Parts: sequence; structure tokens; C-alpha cells
Amino acid sequence: MTDTRLIVPEKKRISRRSALKLAGTGAASLMGGLAAGPGFVRYAQAQSSEPIRVGFQVHRTGIGAAYGRWYEQTTNAAVKLINEQGGINGRQIEIIAEDDATDPGRGAEVVEKFATQHKCDVAFGTLFSHVVMGSAPRAGELKLPYYVVSEGHHVASGALNRYTFQPGITDVKSQVISMAPWIAKNVGKKVAMIFPDFAFGYDHRDYFSAAIKAQGGEVNALIPIPPTETSFTRYFPQIPADTEVIYHVMVGPAVLTFVKELGEHFGSQHPPLFGFIDSLEAVDLKSPGLEFLEGSYLWEAYPRFAGASPTAADTFYRGKVGVDANGASVADPADISTYSHMFGCWETLYIIKQAMEAAGYQGAGDKAKLIEATEAITTIPEGNEHPQGDKIFNGKIHQSFGHQNITQVKNGVGEVVYRTTIEEGLYEPEADYTKMPL
Amino acid sequence: MSFFPHLLLALLEGTVAAAVLALSALGLSLVFGVMRIVNVAHGEFFMLGAMLAWWIAKMVPGGPLAGFLAALMLAPALVGLLAFATERLLLRRIGYDPEATIVATIGLMFVIQQLALSVFGADAKPVAAPFTYRIAFPWFGFSGYKLFVVAASVALLLGAWWVLARTRFGLIMRVTQFDRETATAFGIPVNQVYAAVFVIGAALVAVSAVLIVPIQQAHYLMGLDPLLMSFIVVIIGGLGSIRGSVLAALIIGLADGVISMFFTPTLASIIATLAVALVLVVRPQGLFGVPAR
Repeated sequence: MTDTRLIVPEKKRISRRSALKLAGTGAASLMGGLAAGPGFVRYAQAQSSEPIRVGFQVHRTGIGAAYGRWYEQTTNAAVKLINEQGGINGRQIEIIAEDDATDPGRGAEVVEKFATQHKCDVAFGTLFSHVVMGSAPRAGELKLPYYVVSEGHHVASGALNRYTFQPGITDVKSQVISMAPWIAKNVGKKVAMIFPDFAFGYDHRDYFSAAIKAQGGEVNALIPIPPTETSFTRYFPQIPADTEVIYHVMVGPAVLTFVKELGEHFGSQHPPLFGFIDSLEAVDLKSPGLEFLEGSYLWEAYPRFAGASPTAADTFYRGKVGVDANGASVADPADISTYSHMFGCWETLYIIKQAMEAAGYQGAGDKAKLIEATEAITTIPEGNEHPQGDKIFNGKIHQSFGHQNITQVKNGVGEVVYRTTIEEGLYEPEADYTKMPL
Repeated sequence: MSFFPHLLLALLEGTVAAAVLALSALGLSLVFGVMRIVNVAHGEFFMLGAMLAWWIAKMVPGGPLAGFLAALMLAPALVGLLAFATERLLLRRIGYDPEATIVATIGLMFVIQQLALSVFGADAKPVAAPFTYRIAFPWFGFSGYKLFVVAASVALLLGAWWVLARTRFGLIMRVTQFDRETATAFGIPVNQVYAAVFVIGAALVAVSAVLIVPIQQAHYLMGLDPLLMSFIVVIIGGLGSIRGSVLAALIIGLADGVISMFFTPTLASIIATLAVALVLVVRPQGLFGVPAR
């Protein structure tokens, strides 16, 4: 290469000296800012007027981004409301959000940052189960109360630790055992399962297989799909011809492609579909190519469509979060929310509030009291604080149990055809976290 | 599903995979071949093409077809513009040095990725196909648009071959590829050829992104797959040989379709990667490449 023509004229190029000068000025002003800036102002009054710091582990990027955006919107709405109502024990909540890139390794780092750098009182908000699995052990080691909104069975299974809770959303095991009898009775008994190839999908595989067997049915094909897959047609030949129900639960950015390709493959002559709304969260049911979903059934934790007679709490919650009666953003009707999951953030924050108030939580020294107060919660009434419905909380396994909904797609709109009782989703506790040391 | 329909579906999927591969590798093959540089940001040009297709389709009224046509014209132009700036401000300043180019384009890759994230957001963006037609076989249905992508891919590849083999500009490119110094001695403005090739390579990958995005979705992380697969295709096919790239794309695409359907997609990826290793060991110049002089 002999061409040495310069795009930038010589005199404008940055010399080493000018660069050093610039860096020096920057460093000096940065240090000045640190010493005098607002970050270092100590609270003049007693410690109790300092805000309660909630570390929010959010999937802003990576495969969970669509959920993360709505988790953040819901969280901010709930925090705003709680603060307007006087906060927790008279103290405001401050959200410290950190992106975990939907990555387990990064998740553990974020939890560590919350504990050591941000000095958070609690951490909260994780959805994707592999991130929970990656982060929870670190939260336990650092003794940071960690409230996840994940659906995975890992909390209730006893695999995690005393500091990890899931009070705002039900777990997959409870969801599938409450669905199986209805599916066997109303849709079919030979089920082909399509699920994501990681912890969350395995919960579906293991607990639904067992639950449908208990109903005299069987799973005739297990089709795991890697979470980063972009093309799905190649998996569909694995669905046996005698399948009576296609059970699908997919997550990640390609969910729309997944349902579209399912439609292209089967056309109108497909076995009945029973899907978990996860396959369609943040996706418009009226998208072109999704016509074949007409008549199919969906599990929903919290029905996206308000329907003819929504509860007062549902209307209140939708208004505060900025979601219309179709589950879309008020600002943009094409922006569909992750309605069946994000309520978990709202409800979990109210659980944290309830437990902190019961424990008389003052600061980091009261973390053990906070854990015990959370474990002591038993019933959770329906209302503005818990718009999805009433719940039972089992302190031994740190997991809540609630109502589930089965929705049928009619004219591109979901309509609830069955709402389970809480009892239909109960199972024998497999662990007792309260026996673990604090 | 019985054997024959199963095989038919596998071959269809494989053909589509091959077309997608050939399309995304074409631009890289050109740049790699003529300029002898590795553009790690190639996949991000693809992603940008897809993102722009989504954005343009959203802006243009008049249904998916109008949006698609507008995207097909505008997205490659915009990506080409970015490539031109890259060539002028980055590659030319480091003298097309192969090692420096890798490092610089890795940086560029992250810059483009994060810019796309901050501008367009982290959600996957669906782009409607210009037409929807479902071909109904007795055993299964298949997207008509996917077959259109195959046809478009064949047309683009033939076009690229014609330009390279039958036009004066193609001759200049081949000469520059063959021997840069001699080309300079014969009065060929090598720097301008480089700029043109880099821009055309980026525009081509943007065209393929516009074609492919309706069967996937635009997402800021989508560039990684085309990047890796393009390298596999270009290495197996041979540097700068479009014929080799097409053959490699066909082999890998069909093998991917058949193996992933009869066995597992993971096995298909393992075999593709192994094939690259084998080619590098047994025939480092690739199937149709000329050994480095």
C-alpha cells in the first residue's frame, strides 16, 4: 500500500500531546464531579428517608427483549403508583435497572452489581429461566433477596435457595397440571409437544408428559427447538400423523415465524392446536399468516383481551400500565404487550411492599426479617394490587399458585372459555426452603 | 409422514437454505475475492438491509408489495452508501491491510449492531411478504414466497456471473483480483475498483436481506448467522469464485435440509463446520479457488 493521501488534513489530526491534555482535563472534571456531584450527597436526615433500592434485572437485549420492554413499562407504572401512595414504610422506591442481555452469565454479574455496587435492598424481575438459573445461586451467596417473575418450576423444585422467591406468577408445573385434564377431555389425548430446548421447555416436557399420562393420554412426540432457531419447517415432519393435539410453547424473537410456518405447513387441515400464549406474546393475533389459529386454544395466565366484562382491577391496571382492551399499547395499537407475563412484575412489587411492611424493613440489616415475612404470606386477595386474581402463596417452596385461563381464538380475538380454580394447579411441595439457614 | 413426502420437504427446505446461503455469500465472495480482505461486518450489512426493509415497508403506504419494491430499491442504496463511507474512512486509511481490516471491521460490526439496537430497538420486526401463496401438496403446504426467493437468487447469481464474465467492468475486477500491481501499471484505478467492489458487495447483501427478511424477521442480532454461513460457503467454494460459492451453497444447503430433517439441525451444523475444516486441510484454496501466489 503506497497511497498515503489523508482524508483529515495534517493539522487537524490529534497529536499525542493534545490527546493527553484532553484526557487529563476529562479525568480532572470527572473526579471533581464525583466528589461534589449529586451521587455523593449523603442524606442529611435519618437513614429511613433514603429510597428503597430495587435492582431490576431486565432483558433489554437478547432473545428476551420483547418481554423486557414490557416488564420495564409495567414495573415503572407500579413503582410510580406505589410511590404516589407513599412508598414502602414511608420510603420511596428507586428502581435500578440493569440489562442482563438475556444471558445467564451476565445475569449473575448483574446480581453481583446490585449487591456490591448499587447496594440494592432486593433484586427483582428476571423472566427467562436460564437467566434465573444462572443468577439465583449468586443472589443466595450474596444474601440478596431475589424475586423472580419467571414461570419456571426451578424455584418451587427446591433447586435454588432461601433468598429466591417467585410470588407474582405461577410456575409451569402448576400451569400444565391444571391444563392437562381440560385438554384430555376437550381437545385430544395424543399430544405432540413443541417446546424450547432449555430449562423452561424441559419443565413443560416433564410435567405435562406426566400430567397427560395421569389423564389416560400420551405424548407421542417431543420436539425441542433451540431458542435461537430462525426456521421451523424442518421440525414439523416429526409430528406424527395420528396426533390429536399439537401442543406448542415457544419463546424468543422468532415466535411469529414459528406460528406462520406452522400455518403454511398444515394449512386448514391441522390437528387441533393447544398453545401457550408464550408462542404469541407481543404478536398480533391478526397478523397475516395467522388465520389458521382461528378456533385454536391458548393458555393464558392473564387474558390479553379484556372481553365484555373485565374486573374493575383489570381496567385499573390496564389504565396505569398504558394497555388497551386488546392488550396493545395505548400509544400504538400495533405494539402488542406481553400481557400474560408482565403483570407478574406489578404483583411482585406489591408482594415486596407487603413483606417489607410486615417486617418493618429499615435497611440491609433486616434482610433476614424480610425473607421470613415473605415466607409468612399465605393468601393474596384479588384487587388493584393483584389484578390477575387471588392467589395462594406457599412459603415453604417460595411459589404462588393462582387461576389459569384457557382462551379460544375467535375472529382473531381471544375469548376465555375456561378459568381453572387455584386447587386444580396445586401439587405436593417438593422442598422446604424455610429449613435452610439464613 | 412417509418417506417420499418427507424427502420432498427436506429437498425443498434444502433448496431454500441453499438459495439463502448463496445470496448472502455472494457479496462476501466478491469482496473477499477481489480485495482479499475479510469484512467481518458483512453480516451487519445484511442485518441493516433487513432492518431498513422493515422501516421502509412501514413508511411506504399501499400494501406489502409497494413496501417490498421500495425496500428493494432503497435499502441496498442506503447500505451501499454506508459501505462507501466505510471504504473511504476506514479501509482506505488502513491500506486494506488484511489483519487491520479484520480488527477494524469487528469494531464496525459492534458499532452497527449497537446503533441498530438503539435506533430500531431490540424487538424482532416482522416484514410482510410481497405476496402470500401457499402451495398445497397432498401431504403438507409450502410457502410460495420461499420458492420465489430461490428464483430471485438464481437470477441474481446469473446476473453477477454475467457482469463478471461478460462486461468490461467485470474484466477490470478480474484483472484487479489477479494482480493488483500489474493492473495499476496498466492504468486501472485500483482504488476506485476497490471502492466499487466494496459498495456492490454491501448492496448485494442488502438485496438478499430484503428478499430473505419476509421469511425470517428483522432483528439486530440476525447478522451473525449469515456471516458465519457466508464464510463457510466462501471458504469451501474458493476465494472469489462465484461458481464455487454457488456449488458450496448448494451442497451445504441441501445437506442442511436433508440432515436437519432426517436427523437433527445440530448435526447439520456440525457437518457443515467439519466440511470447512476438511476443505482447509485437503484443498486450502477451496473447490474452485486458485492457490495463492
